Amino acid sequence: MKHKVATTVNGRRHEHEVEPRLLLVHYLRDNLGLTGTHIGCDTSQCGACTILVDGQAVKSCTMFAVQAEGKSLTTIEGMAKDGELHPIQQAFWDEHGLQCGYCTPGFIMAASYLLSQNPNPTEDEIRKGLEGNLCRCTGYVNIIKAVQTAAKTMGGAEAKPSERAAARRS
Amino acid sequence: MAVTTMIGARIHRREDPKLVTGHGSYVDDLRQVGMLYMSVVRSAQAHARIKSIDITDAGKAPGVVAIYTARDFKTMISGGLPVTESLIADKKYVPNQFPIAETEVVYFGEPVAVVLASERYQAADAAEQVQVDYEPLPVVVDFEKAMQKGSDKAHSDGPDNIAWDVKFPGGDIEAAFKEADVVVKERILQQRVFPLSMEPRVVMANYVPFGNQLTLWTSTQVPHFVRIFLCFGLGIPESQIRVISPDVGGGFGSKLRPYPEEYLAAAASKLSGSPVKWVETRTENLQATTHGRGHIFDIEVAAKRDGTLLGLKVTNLSDNGAYVGVFGALQSALSLFLAPGCYKWKAFDGRTVGILSNKMSTDPYRGAGRPEAAHLVERAVDLVAHELKMDPADVRRKNFPTEKEFPFTNPLGMVYDSGNYAKTLDKAMQIVGYQELRRRQAELRKQGRYLGIGLSTYVEICGVGPSAATDHVSGSISLVESSIVRVHPTGSVTVAVGTHSHGQGHDTTFSQIVADTLGVPYESVQINHGDTSDTPFGYGTYGSRSLPVGGISIYKSCQKVVDKAKKIAAHMLEAAEADVVFDQGRFHVKGSPDRAKTMGEVAFRAHQTGLPDGMEEGLEAVTYFDPPNFTWPFGAHICVVEVDPETGAVDIQKYVAVDDCGNVINPMIVDGQIHGGVAQAIGQALFEEVVYAEDTGQLRTGTLLDYSIPGIGEIPDLELDRTITPSPTNDLGVKGVGEAGTIAASAAVINAVVDALSPLGIKHVDMPASPDRLWKMMQEARK
Repeated sequence: MKHKVATTVNGRRHEHEVEPRLLLVHYLRDNLGLTGTHIGCDTSQCGACTILVDGQAVKSCTMFAVQAEGKSLTTIEGMAKDGELHPIQQAFWDEHGLQCGYCTPGFIMAASYLLSQNPNPTEDEIRKGLEGNLCRCTGYVNIIKAVQTAAKTMGGAEAKPSERAAARRS
Repeated sequence: MAVTTMIGARIHRREDPKLVTGHGSYVDDLRQVGMLYMSVVRSAQAHARIKSIDITDAGKAPGVVAIYTARDFKTMISGGLPVTESLIADKKYVPNQFPIAETEVVYFGEPVAVVLASERYQAADAAEQVQVDYEPLPVVVDFEKAMQKGSDKAHSDGPDNIAWDVKFPGGDIEAAFKEADVVVKERILQQRVFPLSMEPRVVMANYVPFGNQLTLWTSTQVPHFVRIFLCFGLGIPESQIRVISPDVGGGFGSKLRPYPEEYLAAAASKLSGSPVKWVETRTENLQATTHGRGHIFDIEVAAKRDGTLLGLKVTNLSDNGAYVGVFGALQSALSLFLAPGCYKWKAFDGRTVGILSNKMSTDPYRGAGRPEAAHLVERAVDLVAHELKMDPADVRRKNFPTEKEFPFTNPLGMVYDSGNYAKTLDKAMQIVGYQELRRRQAELRKQGRYLGIGLSTYVEICGVGPSAATDHVSGSISLVESSIVRVHPTGSVTVAVGTHSHGQGHDTTFSQIVADTLGVPYESVQINHGDTSDTPFGYGTYGSRSLPVGGISIYKSCQKVVDKAKKIAAHMLEAAEADVVFDQGRFHVKGSPDRAKTMGEVAFRAHQTGLPDGMEEGLEAVTYFDPPNFTWPFGAHICVVEVDPETGAVDIQKYVAVDDCGNVINPMIVDGQIHGGVAQAIGQALFEEVVYAEDTGQLRTGTLLDYSIPGIGEIPDLELDRTITPSPTNDLGVKGVGEAGTIAASAAVINAVVDALSPLGIKHVDMPASPDRLWKMMQEARK
């Protein structure tokens, strides 16, 4: 039996009838054609499929599509606006934070959540914040630099004032 | 017009904008109308006879279109997967591998049937309902035991488990050992590891029946190489097969061979009349994508009391798995050719034994034989230093060839093109603060703390490969690399190459070479790779060969273009060709820089009438480059660790890498390659190990829950520097850098761990140096 799922993805509304067991990541890739979200494992270790669900970083292989009912999702395709790269995307480019690019969308989405919660993370906080994502190419050195650079350019712009204050306190 | 010196510049990668915005196109991002999904039923046994395969229930499952077994595929596929047997001088037993098992399965995860269904989940569901009845056979897991006479056999119809047994002698080894004041022996393990590219393998095949045309999209490092073997296997002319390898999410050597699933998807498309896609799950990737390493090395080192190295004996036992990998013998041989490392030995003696077991094949993994070589020789030197109570840096320095001794010939006749080994070591020691670290180590030891400093001074072999050196081992194959450089009428440039980029940034590096050599704007250069329909034949990307072989091919094609353009420019300028100078994209008459034509103007004229007499229109050139020698990058890595005396946990406190890959085209990309390589070697040194159950041959490390690759918390900041010793073997003086980090780093880490634990009398530690292993060793040593 199929179930209706209505979501907003990157600002656009979608409605589909899907099998209840359909993983959100397959819904995004196969039903919506948003193939920037990747799959790198079967067990939720790699983080290549990370997206934002109502602003929170979620590995989209750990959710069923039907659980996204009524939610607002952001995938990597929704990050660049008006032909301009998002500062995190720009920073990954500038700092050579990617090689094969397969894990990159997941890292950018996880970094986006991290910076929304903690606009000026220390190196340790970046390492902790991104521990759910794996990369086999870069040795992470330039990924850390990219997140630091993004934090600088964004100047805390993504964080809500209350969260910024909370981050300063912590 | 932006004509500047691009070679050597830190240019941001042109590949990146599409990749950071989710617009890459990896094979699973593509689809065909009417496409079916293929799911592979894999053996749940490591060794068994197939009594029967019952597809009744699976055939009735929703969405199922077809189920095929070996019987169906035998009508479509002939022969087996390729193996480079030519290195196996004294060939023993190399079983033929058909892409799917018919009567006997020989490793856990071997394909036994495929299911085609309309949807992804339906194919997976139905595959679980295929019933295979197995009669278990004795399982061979321990490959050292498998060598012994009377051992159980990995293939029931094989004579034994010995794939090859070859000796590589180099000089009078007995004389060298007679001179020795000390002889040290050690067994050094190279555990199996997963290459584990983040993108698993994916194949999509579309066979068009009435034209006998096959298009195969596959996540591979070697599209042209795959096409050759599909041609042989499927009997379709090479010209009618198009292999496309679009964006590829990493390979690390695990995607440089034809795989069973490529044959099966292509044949399944032919059998079913529909396009077919197969997407490897990570679980399948760990079972059925080739593994790396998997060796035992027994070494004996002879040295004088003053630290002079004399002789090195190495016996390599290689765990091939059930089928000899396509390059399995090659990497074992490489591990011996490079085992002398960057030292002057009087003699060397090597032997490699290839052994079959009921496991997945081992094949190249980043470095392919050279990490094994560097690891064993760097351990050997440290063992000598320990025995003689000398500083390991002093033993190394004493035995390096000096700068003046290049080209330097190692005992197996390999000719190292250029090097300055002492310089990289000095630089690394200065950056890390070596003397101060030794003082601090002594202080901490008094407090019962274990600080260790590990050196690795490596040399490696890149630029595979010159026919002069590879001819006799490759069966007359010359591993050339190719390029077509075409200047369009309006002056922009398309370059088509036989190499393949899957993270290395070739689009950027190659464009830098072209922009400089032709004097055209960088932005006007387009690089095509990965599609056999619009690129010349090439062997693909591995062995750090793309720049020193493929890049030089591009440079030579550009030179040919400049030569022709010069003739046209002379004609346009009404000057003698000898009087025309080419400088930064402009052709001008000697002494009159204002009388000039740009490359763009010449290109336009090249497509018009009025060319010099007898000259054809067009401005393009083709080069198949066969290098005169390999290239020999080198470097010095130093790792500083502290081992927790209570838990055995290793904390990497500092990591310094000074590498020399000759001239550098893009320093940012070169640094990135070192970072990634070092991280993978740290993974092998501290965390990673493929484990098969000794009794059943089941894969115990079957998911990323059970197998740990380094995460962002486990790799320290890496301090990089370099020296530049140009290679004399090619026009650009480049050497290649893709594998250097992996080759150097495992020895640096393990030497540091051993150094840390040396107060306990520990002389050697095997990989992975996990807390569990170290804790046990410390407990034992303290007894």
